[in-house]
Amino acid sequence: MDIHEYQAKEILARFGVPVPRGGLAYSPEQAEFRARELGGQAWVVKAQIHSGGRGAAGGVRLCRSAHEVRDFAAQLFGRQLVTRQTGPAGKAVYRVWVEEASDIARELYLGFVLDRKSERIMIVASAHGGMEIEDLAERDPASLRRMTIDPATGLIDFQARELAFSLGLSGGQVAQMVATLRACYRAFRDLDATMVEINPLAVTGTGDLAALDAKMSFDTNALFRQPAIAELRDRSQEDPRESAAADHGLAYVGLDGDIGCIINGAGLAMATMDMIKLAGGEPANFLDIGGGASPERVVRAFRTVLADGNVRVILVNIFAGINRCDWVAEGVVQACREVGLAVPVVVRLAGTNAEEGRRILQSSGLPLVTAGTLADAAARAVAARLRPAA
Amino acid sequence: MAVLITESTRILIQGMSGRIGQFHAADMIRHGTRVVGGVTPGRGGETLLDRPLFNTVREAVAATGADASLIFVPPPFAADAIMEAADAGIRTAVCVTDGIPAQDMMKVKRFLRRYPAERKMRLIGPNCAGVISPGIGFMGIMPPHIYMPGRVGIVGRSGTLGYEAASQMKDLGIGVSTSVGIGGDPINGSSFRDILELFEADPGTDAVMLIGEIGGPQEAEAAAFARDRMTKPVVAYIAGLSAPKGRKMGHAGAIISAFGESAQEKVEILSAAGITVAPNPSAMGETMAQVLNLRKVA
Repeated sequence: MDIHEYQAKEILARFGVPVPRGGLAYSPEQAEFRARELGGQAWVVKAQIHSGGRGAAGGVRLCRSAHEVRDFAAQLFGRQLVTRQTGPAGKAVYRVWVEEASDIARELYLGFVLDRKSERIMIVASAHGGMEIEDLAERDPASLRRMTIDPATGLIDFQARELAFSLGLSGGQVAQMVATLRACYRAFRDLDATMVEINPLAVTGTGDLAALDAKMSFDTNALFRQPAIAELRDRSQEDPRESAAADHGLAYVGLDGDIGCIINGAGLAMATMDMIKLAGGEPANFLDIGGGASPERVVRAFRTVLADGNVRVILVNIFAGINRCDWVAEGVVQACREVGLAVPVVVRLAGTNAEEGRRILQSSGLPLVTAGTLADAAARAVAARLRPAA
Repeated sequence: MAVLITESTRILIQGMSGRIGQFHAADMIRHGTRVVGGVTPGRGGETLLDRPLFNTVREAVAATGADASLIFVPPPFAADAIMEAADAGIRTAVCVTDGIPAQDMMKVKRFLRRYPAERKMRLIGPNCAGVISPGIGFMGIMPPHIYMPGRVGIVGRSGTLGYEAASQMKDLGIGVSTSVGIGGDPINGSSFRDILELFEADPGTDAVMLIGEIGGPQEAEAAAFARDRMTKPVVAYIAGLSAPKGRKMGHAGAIISAFGESAQEKVEILSAAGITVAPNPSAMGETMAQVLNLRKVA
């Protein structure tokens, strides 16, 4: 789960990361008020959306008067900001962060991630910050420093010092860097984060460190014990179809094609999508209906898939283990009766009670296309899509 | 022969009294699996499915001689249950639970390392379908009738895609020695490499079907092991050729976040290591049949 920059800064500041002063605004007037409240000559006004690359997309500006702050904020509110990470639809701006402008002498990169190879929390740092980590890894891989943290000891001070010196810091900056690294590590560990990124971590004109941008992501599996983090969820930043599906226990990811997929198991779902592509089609979505699929769940899956106007055929592929094909078949029949057969439906059932499931489909009298194998199902779905809908 | 579950394996079920635990325990017993008892704190002394329940794994091991445990404990308490099994002397644990926090799994992996090799527990999963040695028994949630006993090992992250492979092979008359689901989480107990090592050493296994997916470094590690250390042929399939970068595909671990983690890159890495990669998920069985036939001719 992602949170906004200002929320990440508030959290990290609480753990001891140096962060510039700033304030949140929900309107242009509030933004102007925040600027006057902060005082000074210049402010950075930043659109708050769950995405990086906001600067390049026109979501960040250095303003030199309170009026300019208000005018720029007025341009941001309600706008769909399209960055290289959001996709063409962009994300809506409902909150703006106004921060005192910082005098930047140097920019560093600092990130904490869960490293799957070492199965530990890993620090990634670079003496050259400001650009995205992907670009950094491509343009200047030699500048990247990596360090893993043993969960039994936590981050040890000598590790933090080594890292600080290797980034070219000196004097009081080293102590500040050690404090920042410890703070980030504690926030990561205590709050079940999956990612903490400070980019840039600036060295200011006075030689102090300041986190000018911050990102945090959290482990959704751990939200049950992080109620304060769970409260930070912002539905306006999520794909409405994906969050509605998640509320009903369905893992759904919207894609660009026209073949709607309803499948049990993430691996089989990905494999079915690959098969569709090989057969010359494009999947409209990923959908894992999960184990224990009741007829009601199947109906919910149909509604979720059909909410995408591009869908021209639905492919149901179930290999039942804990699932039962007869239940799934009942769900398919019920869904077709309730939602209507607006598009052709191809069904492939295998595993537990598959025979009984096929019998239910046949005796329903509905014009369903049945398929025997995975390849057959994909080919039939691609073919059915080409026919005009009945 | 088979790996992980053999004729002598004595199995406990942690969380047997829960709805899901009870359902699958009954299924395992019905199919002849040697389930010797269950563990539910507070229910010790009771009997369920004609098996004794215990308060702790330690008591259960002492009373039944169990050496394996199947864990159906809910996510907030699953890490605790795994560590309890390890400390009580269980040798093989299979955790089906989906949704364990990643940092809990970090802690579990660190905890397992504190035991010397001769009593260290092997963990399979979490978030997996389990392990089946057809004709002997199973620990997990798979439908046993789709597996035919035989001499090909299966290892995969996805449960249902593993079923797909087993049933394609069965249609071609190819049976399975053991099928192992290692689970879809980013941090898991046993890697592809760990299971390949078991199959390589198992006299009852002639070849291995490896079913990977996008995300993570484990397929690349398995490719290097197969190239350098294996004599038995490996056939692979990688799911997610059509998956976009940066989007999580159902499994917590199925997300392309680094170089070498896309399906295409993994296919290239496996092929370069001499592994035969099935061109599509419908051809997993056929590809295995071809590789086995070539082997016979040679």
